[in-house]
Amino acid sequence: MNNPQLNKHGELQHLLSTEGLPVRILRNILDTTDQFVSAAAGHEIKKVPLLQGKSVFNVFFENSTRTRTTFEIAAKKLSADVVNLNIGSSSTSKGETLLDTVDNLCAMHADMFVVRHAQSGAAHLIAQHVAPDIHVINAGDGRHAHPTQALLDMYTIRHYKKEFHNLRVAIVGDILHSRVARSQIHALTTLGVPEVRVIAPKTLLPTMVEKLGVQVYHDMSLGLKDVDVVMMLRLQNERMQGGSLPSAQEYFKHYGLTQEKLSQAKSDAIVMHPGPMNRGVEIDSSVADGPQSVILPQVTFGIAVRMAVMSTLAGGK
Amino acid sequence: MNIHIKNGRLIDPKNNIDAKQDVYIVGQRIAAIGNAPDGFIAEHTIDASGLIVTPGLVDISARLREPGYEYKATLESEMDAAVAGGVTSLVCPPDTDPPLDEPGLVEMLKHRARSLYQARVFPIGALTYGLKGEELTEMAELSDAGCKAFGQADAPLTDTRVLMRAMQYAATFGYRVWLRPQDSFLAKSGVAHDGEVATRLGLPPIPVIAETIAVSTMLQLARETQVQLHLCRISSAASVELIRAAKRDGINVSCDVSANHVHLSEMDIGFFDSNCHLIPPLRSHRDKEALRAGLRDGTIDAICSDHSPVDEDAKQLPFAEAEAGATGLELLLPLVLKWAEQDGVSLSDALARVTSKSAQLINPKMGHLTVGAHADVCVFDPNTIWKVEASALKSQGKNTPFLGMQMQGKVRYTVVEGKIVFSSF
Repeated sequence: MNNPQLNKHGELQHLLSTEGLPVRILRNILDTTDQFVSAAAGHEIKKVPLLQGKSVFNVFFENSTRTRTTFEIAAKKLSADVVNLNIGSSSTSKGETLLDTVDNLCAMHADMFVVRHAQSGAAHLIAQHVAPDIHVINAGDGRHAHPTQALLDMYTIRHYKKEFHNLRVAIVGDILHSRVARSQIHALTTLGVPEVRVIAPKTLLPTMVEKLGVQVYHDMSLGLKDVDVVMMLRLQNERMQGGSLPSAQEYFKHYGLTQEKLSQAKSDAIVMHPGPMNRGVEIDSSVADGPQSVILPQVTFGIAVRMAVMSTLAGGK
Repeated sequence: MNIHIKNGRLIDPKNNIDAKQDVYIVGQRIAAIGNAPDGFIAEHTIDASGLIVTPGLVDISARLREPGYEYKATLESEMDAAVAGGVTSLVCPPDTDPPLDEPGLVEMLKHRARSLYQARVFPIGALTYGLKGEELTEMAELSDAGCKAFGQADAPLTDTRVLMRAMQYAATFGYRVWLRPQDSFLAKSGVAHDGEVATRLGLPPIPVIAETIAVSTMLQLARETQVQLHLCRISSAASVELIRAAKRDGINVSCDVSANHVHLSEMDIGFFDSNCHLIPPLRSHRDKEALRAGLRDGTIDAICSDHSPVDEDAKQLPFAEAEAGATGLELLLPLVLKWAEQDGVSLSDALARVTSKSAQLINPKMGHLTVGAHADVCVFDPNTIWKVEASALKSQGKNTPFLGMQMQGKVRYTVVEGKIVFSSF
């Protein structure tokens, strides 16, 4: 089966998932990110003309503030024209299908789509549909993938830990419903992290998750033992209704990241979170704001990583 | 019409025939096999040299979408598809709009089908009004109107007491109950087999136990009520095992599998191919192998097409939002032939699953070419290779997981009640 993300020269055509991405492309994006970050040298990243004259359409079928904003900033710093569309779920109720919407935007001469959708596979569907000179970036599809989040996480890890091949990484929380977790797992294993752990109650783990190349822990203290990186996930409030969890309080007791639990990890372990955080549900404020937290640098790196992805796609033609 | 089908290889599984024999049709019935009956004068001769002559296929699950869903398919288009696929009798589930819960609807459907002079249609009556799983339908009335069995199609029947009462009532009058086993709570909002692929793709899962819990419940109720139970379109190794054991214990149960599930697994979903969004979901490779083993040892009685035409727009959506279903009437025969070849099953044994054995579940008078039986015949070329593409399909539904693939085996003539209703060269 052809990899739908690569063109016939093996270059990145769309960014849909971290799964199946060659390691050279992953490393290349991280190296390109480096250039944007060091261009910043402590202050703001300068505007560069790499996407001058190009139109980037942020098409969000599901609400998001943070991801959409960072994509917008990234595109503007690359000198692209940016159009934001918050379609929510209303367009389909008006009778227009997803692909009709995309066709209309193509007719407005979009060069690049940044797509978020509540259904797994939506970005793949759009990528299969658009003309070959249009690029699609998946900004989150259902439970499936959120590759730019995973890439910024990889960049953050490399920034603080330098290498991947000697790390022990734990991902904690609602793995079952998390596109972030899936993308992180594929990126970590592709980049050569020898030990990736997932920590969650059985109700929040997908079937056969170990087939993704992870070790499963239900006890957080055991799971955090001697890890270098702790990646927390956001817990959606809906989980309490579907019978997955009894209460946020009980979840925090077992799976909330506290200083005490974090002390099981290596003393120089970093703590990450994709945001937005539920303080007191998955993470204690003292940890979120503590010395090991790199949660705010993640956000900053997020802009540079998205610039790197967009410029890679634009240059890969 | 008097028809002489000559020089063909006759395969009639019910009568244990696999030999070069001629078939003689007088009027609507089979008049003789082998030698012409006295005074026979052929009005039409079919030269079946190099072809296989077999009873017309009896497909025990094909949705025609009428009444109510004519935008997906019409009786005309799907009956054309049926006879082009060699299918001379088909059983349609009651999930039309409105559902087949009143004799008038059943009579109308049968009448409409008859007026087209193509395949025979055997509607399954709704087991409960509106398929809501609450009140029993007037089964005797529906039976008089032509329903040979009663079921829920894919609509849930969550109230176990209603299910038991329905089985008791059906058993009282000797009606068969056809159910697709699925626990609706465990399957809620699921779209793919709960396994490696759904985990990777982040698709809401349907676990195997959603099927096996329902199979177990239904088997226990069948034992209790003595109803003739037919389990439709089972999908998992665990279900095959449960049904195998139940048959060994003497429970009156039969089951079928869709041709899709004989050939495909969750891996075929690839990158969210919505043509592989099917009900029940395509399961693991191991499940597929177990279904095949179940077919070989007779645990699974029949193969159906599970023909469910869907309009194009309904498939151009993200996997979970895309409507489930695939066209199948014209693929049933080549898929059965492919299974026979792959598993080393004799053509006669394989064809039995879509002729004599499937007919046994709905009307034992069909599915064989015994002298005196209705002359429903399929003549096909086992060697013709063709490509599955929209233009090659008569069905209004053009979506199938097999799109773009090569099929071997093509129907040349279809005869229903002594009338040639399809021919192609």
